[in-house]
Amino acid sequence: MKNPLDSILGTIISGIVLTIILYVFLKNFIVAGV
Amino acid sequence: MTMDFEIAAIFRWVHVVAGVAWIGLLYYFNLVQVPALAAAAGDQGGPGGAGITKYVAPRALLWFRWSALVTWLAGAALLGGSFTEAFALQPAYAAIGIGAWLGTIMLFNVWGLIWPNQKKILGMVSATDEEKVRARRVAFLASRTNTMLSIPMLFFMVNGLTHKALIGL
Repeated sequence: MKNPLDSILGTIISGIVLTIILYVFLKNFIVAGV
Repeated sequence: MTMDFEIAAIFRWVHVVAGVAWIGLLYYFNLVQVPALAAAAGDQGGPGGAGITKYVAPRALLWFRWSALVTWLAGAALLGGSFTEAFALQPAYAAIGIGAWLGTIMLFNVWGLIWPNQKKILGMVSATDEEKVRARRVAFLASRTNTMLSIPMLFFMVNGLTHKALIGL
């Protein structure tokens, strides 16, 4: 499998996906009970 | 723990100015310099990339690594007494804490991976051709990793310390 970081587009898409994952993690696991 | 508004404003100002320099140079490396050097290497009979490597890259790297450090220090100072809560991802500081963790990983990449390997690539320290090939790959991937991490880092950084807009706290 090609490393997505080898292309700019793959890097940007990876960054957006990671943003979504971290946001879901923040909202559902860290601040869910507040 | 609260901090005087004027003191916090100065830390925030320094944090943003240094951060613009750091991330601006990171994007310059990834969007301009790396593709330019690849194009220069493939341009038979062209001027080549030696001028970039000799005159541009060392200056860009100087401002890059020191602005990274200043950004982190000013950010840590801005967190002040909330530094531990942020890094422990306590709910009220969790969003800025994620941003702070991402920024810290990026700072490590700059000083622990990119700069030591760039010194080999640019001939500032001795290295065999094989070591230079490996150094080029490590520095490239660390730089691309930082570009990727900058996207969520900026998302969590720019939404404010209490993050009312983001998560309704």
